[in-house]
Amino acid sequence: MFAGFMVNAWEAATIVAVVAGVVGFFTVARGAAFAAHALPNGAFAGAAGASLIGVNALVGLGVFSAAGALTIAGLAQRARRDVATAMTIVMMLALGALFLSQTTEYAPAMFSLLFGEVLGVNTNQILPTAAIAAVCVVIIGVLFRPLLLSSVLPDVAQAKGVSSVRMELAFLLLVALTTTMAVPVVGSLLIFSLLIAPAAAARCFTNKPGRSITLAVLIALVTVWAAIAISFQTNWPIGFFVGTIGALTYASGRIWVRYRSRNRLA
Amino acid sequence: MNSVSIKSAAIFAPGFFANGPVHTALLIGSVVAVVSATVGTFTVMRGQSFAGHALSDIGTAGGAAAPLIPVPSIYGFVAVNVVAAALMDLLGVRSPRARDVATGIVLGGALGLAALFLYEDTTTTSNTGTVATVLFGSIFALQSSLIPVVAGFGVAALTITLLLYRPLLLSSISTDLAATKGVRVRLVAIAYLLALAVAVSLSALTIGAILSTALLIGPAATALRLVKRTGQALVLASGIGVAAVGLGVLLAYDSVSWTDNGQGWPVSFFIVALLFGTYVITLLVTRHQPHRNA
Repeated sequence: MFAGFMVNAWEAATIVAVVAGVVGFFTVARGAAFAAHALPNGAFAGAAGASLIGVNALVGLGVFSAAGALTIAGLAQRARRDVATAMTIVMMLALGALFLSQTTEYAPAMFSLLFGEVLGVNTNQILPTAAIAAVCVVIIGVLFRPLLLSSVLPDVAQAKGVSSVRMELAFLLLVALTTTMAVPVVGSLLIFSLLIAPAAAARCFTNKPGRSITLAVLIALVTVWAAIAISFQTNWPIGFFVGTIGALTYASGRIWVRYRSRNRLA
Repeated sequence: MNSVSIKSAAIFAPGFFANGPVHTALLIGSVVAVVSATVGTFTVMRGQSFAGHALSDIGTAGGAAAPLIPVPSIYGFVAVNVVAAALMDLLGVRSPRARDVATGIVLGGALGLAALFLYEDTTTTSNTGTVATVLFGSIFALQSSLIPVVAGFGVAALTITLLLYRPLLLSSISTDLAATKGVRVRLVAIAYLLALAVAVSLSALTIGAILSTALLIGPAATALRLVKRTGQALVLASGIGVAAVGLGVLLAYDSVSWTDNGQGWPVSFFIVALLFGTYVITLLVTRHQPHRNA
C-alpha cells in the first residue's frame, strides 16, 4: 500500500484534502455547493479545448474554471445565483461537447478527469499541485477576515464596508483555483465530494469558524486516506469510498445535532 | 472534402425534412422541451436549479446499476431519482443554504455509487453505454421506439405539475402565505420534486444531462424575466424551448458541411448556445427585478 508508485497518490490526495477542507468551509457557509459542482465539472471543457489546440491541460483547466467563475459572478449580479450557475455549467459542458466532437483521441482521458486517477498520479504532477495549493492557502490567509465575515454574517460584512460582490468573486476564483489544482489528480467527482461533505459534517459538530475549518480538514484527510487504503485492498473505485464516507460522516453529524438538541430539551 | 456543398449550403440543407433521425429528434426534442419548460418555470421560481441539475447526474447511478440487475436503464434512472428527490427534501428543509448543501451531499453520494456501478458494469458486463449516453447523449441517436415511453413519462410530469398549479404557485411565491391559506406546503413540495425527478430522468436519458439542465432552466429563466404572469411564462418558456431545439437541430444538420472532415458540430452545443445567448441578452435588456408572479 505504501509502495513507491503509491507515494504520489498519498501526497497528492493529502494536499488536495487540506485545501478542500479549508475552501469547503467557505463553500458550505456560503451555500455555494452548486458552484463547487459546476466549476470542476465544467472545467473539463478547458482540458478538452487545450488538447485540441495542443497546450497543457492545466492551462485549459485554469482558463476555463476562471472564466466560469467570472461568468457565474457576472450573471449573478443580475439574476438568481442558482440560475446563473446552471446556465454557466451547461454552457461550459456544451463547449466541452463541441471540443470533444472535433477530436478523436480524447474520450478515455475525459473519463479520468471525471472519475479521477489518483493511483496514476506521477511525480511531475506533485509540484504543480503543491504550488497551486500554496497559492490557495496564501489567498485565504490574506482574505481570511473579510471572506469569513461575508460568508458567515453577510449583513454585518456589508455594514462594515466589505463588498459582497468582490468577496463572492474572490471566493469563486478560489474554487476555480482549487479546481485547477485538484481535477488533474483526483477528478471532478472527488473534489466536489471533498469540498462539501467534510465541511458540512464539521459544521454539525461546532459553530466556531476556526474549529470548524480544522475539523473539516481532518475529516477530509481521514476520508481520502481511508478511501485510498480501502480502494487499494478491495480494488473498487476510490470515488465510491470518498462519496460513501462523505455521506456517512455528514449523516453522523446530523444524528449528533439531533441527539444534542433532544438532550438540551430534556 | 465537400467544398462545393459549403458554398451551396442553403438554410435548409438538402434532405433536412426527409431525414428519419431529424424527425425523431424534432418530435422528442419538442416534447421534452415543453415538459422541461413547464416543470422548469417552477424550478426557477422555487430556487431549485441545483436540484434540477443534480438529478440529471444522480440518475446515472441508476442508469449504471440497471444492467447489473438487469432492467432497462430508464427504470433504474427514475427509481434512483425519485429516492434522491425524497432524500433531498428530507435533509434540507430549513433554509436555502441547508437545501443547497443537502443537494450537494446527495449528489456526492450518488456519484460515488455511479462510479462503483460503472466499475462493476465494465468488469462484469462490459457495458458503459448508459453513462456515456447520459453525459453526452445525442438527440440524433434516439430510437423512434422510445417515443411512447418518453410521451408517457412526459405526460405524467406535466399532469402532476398542472394538477398542483394553484397550490404550487402560491407556495412558490410565499410558503407562509400558502400555509395560512391552507395549502399543505410540505406535501406540495414533495409532489413537485417527484414531478421534477420524472421530468429530469426523461430528458437526461433521451437528450443527455447537458441539454436536460439547459432546457429545464434556460427557457423558464428567460420567460420569467420577460412576462409577469406565470401562465404566460409557461407558454413563452415552452415556445423558447421548442424554438431552440428546432433551430439547434437545423444548425447541427447544416454544420456537417461547415468543416472539411464532415464531422459537424454537436446539436447540444447549438441548443445550449442559443438558450445561453437568449438568456444573457434578456438579462441585459431587462431591468433587475425579482420574479413577480401573480
